[in-house]
Amino acid sequence: MEQNVTIQEGYARLKKTRALFIGGLLIALVILIGVAVTLGSADYTMAESYIAILAGLFPGRFTAPEMAEIIVWDYRLHRVLFAVCAGFGLAVAGSIMQGILRNPLASPFTLGIASAATTGASIAIVLGAGVVGGEYLVIGNAFLFALLAALAIYGMARYRGIGSETMVLAGIAIMYLFSAVTSLLQYVGSAEQLRAVVFWTFGSVDKSTWPKLAIVSLVLACTIPYLLYRAWDLNALAEGDEVAASLGVPVERSMILFMMIASLITAVIICFTGTIGFIGLVAPHITRMVIGGDFRTLIPASGLVGALLLLGADSIARSILAPQVLPVGIVTAFLGVPFFIYLFMHRRNA
Amino acid sequence: MARLSVEDLSFAYRDRQVLRGITFSVDAGEVLGLVGPNGCGKTTLIRCIDGMLTPRSGRVVLDGRETRGMHRREVAQAMAYVPQSAGNQTAATVFETVLMGRRPYLNWTVSKTDEEKVIAALDALDLGGLALRRVGELSGGERQRVMIARALVQETGVILLDEPTSNLDLCHQMGVMEVLRGLAERTGLAVVIAIHDLNLAAAYCHRLMALKAGSVYSYGTPEEVLTEEMLRSVYGIEAVVKRDLAAPYVVPVRGARLQKEV
Repeated sequence: MEQNVTIQEGYARLKKTRALFIGGLLIALVILIGVAVTLGSADYTMAESYIAILAGLFPGRFTAPEMAEIIVWDYRLHRVLFAVCAGFGLAVAGSIMQGILRNPLASPFTLGIASAATTGASIAIVLGAGVVGGEYLVIGNAFLFALLAALAIYGMARYRGIGSETMVLAGIAIMYLFSAVTSLLQYVGSAEQLRAVVFWTFGSVDKSTWPKLAIVSLVLACTIPYLLYRAWDLNALAEGDEVAASLGVPVERSMILFMMIASLITAVIICFTGTIGFIGLVAPHITRMVIGGDFRTLIPASGLVGALLLLGADSIARSILAPQVLPVGIVTAFLGVPFFIYLFMHRRNA
Repeated sequence: MARLSVEDLSFAYRDRQVLRGITFSVDAGEVLGLVGPNGCGKTTLIRCIDGMLTPRSGRVVLDGRETRGMHRREVAQAMAYVPQSAGNQTAATVFETVLMGRRPYLNWTVSKTDEEKVIAALDALDLGGLALRRVGELSGGERQRVMIARALVQETGVILLDEPTSNLDLCHQMGVMEVLRGLAERTGLAVVIAIHDLNLAAAYCHRLMALKAGSVYSYGTPEEVLTEEMLRSVYGIEAVVKRDLAAPYVVPVRGARLQKEV
């Protein structure tokens, strides 16, 4: 009896740790958003930036210098929020893929979805061909190719029998195929085009706009509540197909649906940003190390970790060589890898 | 009435026939052991019963209802399954892993009752002290017991286990079998176990079914099934079956030459 009480207390403590972790991340994110908005060539303090944000939200109640309001709202805020949404989405997509494929290396990048998007973008840049023309040529191609890769993985898995190993293998095969196509395009492209393709693969949030932010947040707002709603099924799938089936989860249907959702989230983000690697792989790992694998808390927490990582990386990318802005894709790895290795080693020793 | 009955079940992978005309039933409170050499179809049979594989013909009936017409969630409330592999090395704690067995009943939140049921199952399998450890940190045998505890909190009338004792030491082998037999007798649970250890099977199962190349070779009490003739025909070994103990006891005398299975 004594022990039973401690088990329940222990579980209650675990739940509290999770709530604290998520709360702490939220606070950190709000602060970081404030800091990130102050960064840039025009100097505003954090307080001024927050007032400018509030002035835009509640025009009558707060007043900020017009210039500050314009700079914050037209140049900085959407970029900052875009980084938050992109980091959140990529991390959630990664956690879903790692969970249902039961593979710690699964992420939009190891499954070929990112390399397919790069191929799509390259086709648009080098050959000028695409389904949607004009301004959205590169974006449209990247998006369609990312979804195409997801469908190809699904098709192969379907033919061969849907298992997590089949999907991972199919994904790796797809990745090599698309990488080869991209290389070919780079080989035939002009120096100028090559430069554009390479720059695309760095990944950055430079080109964010309010409409793009709206599209990404709409997709997140539609998918994440559903993923949370099905958190128990995700938990069961993470234990294995057989276990999930015996717990009443329709395994094949769910795996396809979850893969498609994760692919959609990834596609809609990377078509605007280029390949921002690493967040989708590492944010879920960091989160699991701290609060464990229950998807009810893993989804929001790893999303917040991803948002913090990407926004942190972008803030550093903007300030370290200011006024030069580094592509955030480069900084995420510099920032994330040492942090990840530190956590990993620390955990192993403990 | 039989808790679980399997009627004339056959299964084939593409053109390779694996199970032929399997028929048996398990009553409430009964422990049935499936025995037979590697590759005889024990695991396939269990997976057909649980609906992970679709039989080519035949029926599986749970408490009078054919499983084919049931929703997966209903099946999960009536029948639990413990797979052969000793679980994944996930970051979930033992407590949460077992809690997942409540999934067929849970909405989103976990009630006090759910928590209490998990604790009871942990106690039954001597896992109380490990409740807050991560499953990935446990030994193979401990993980195996976690999987069994999860099946118990599913509160089903039937539980299928695929070699649940294969990773366990002698003490825990007997412990697990005691728990299963005790639950069967106390709560009317019907248990189907695929098991390699014939002597363990004889000691704890009410009935045994010996499979040979996908067909039922013999089906009955341990005394009826464990015969020298069966061991020769099904396993290809010479053995003596001692009958002066509480349960028949198989003593292998000479191993078979490893021959290609027919």
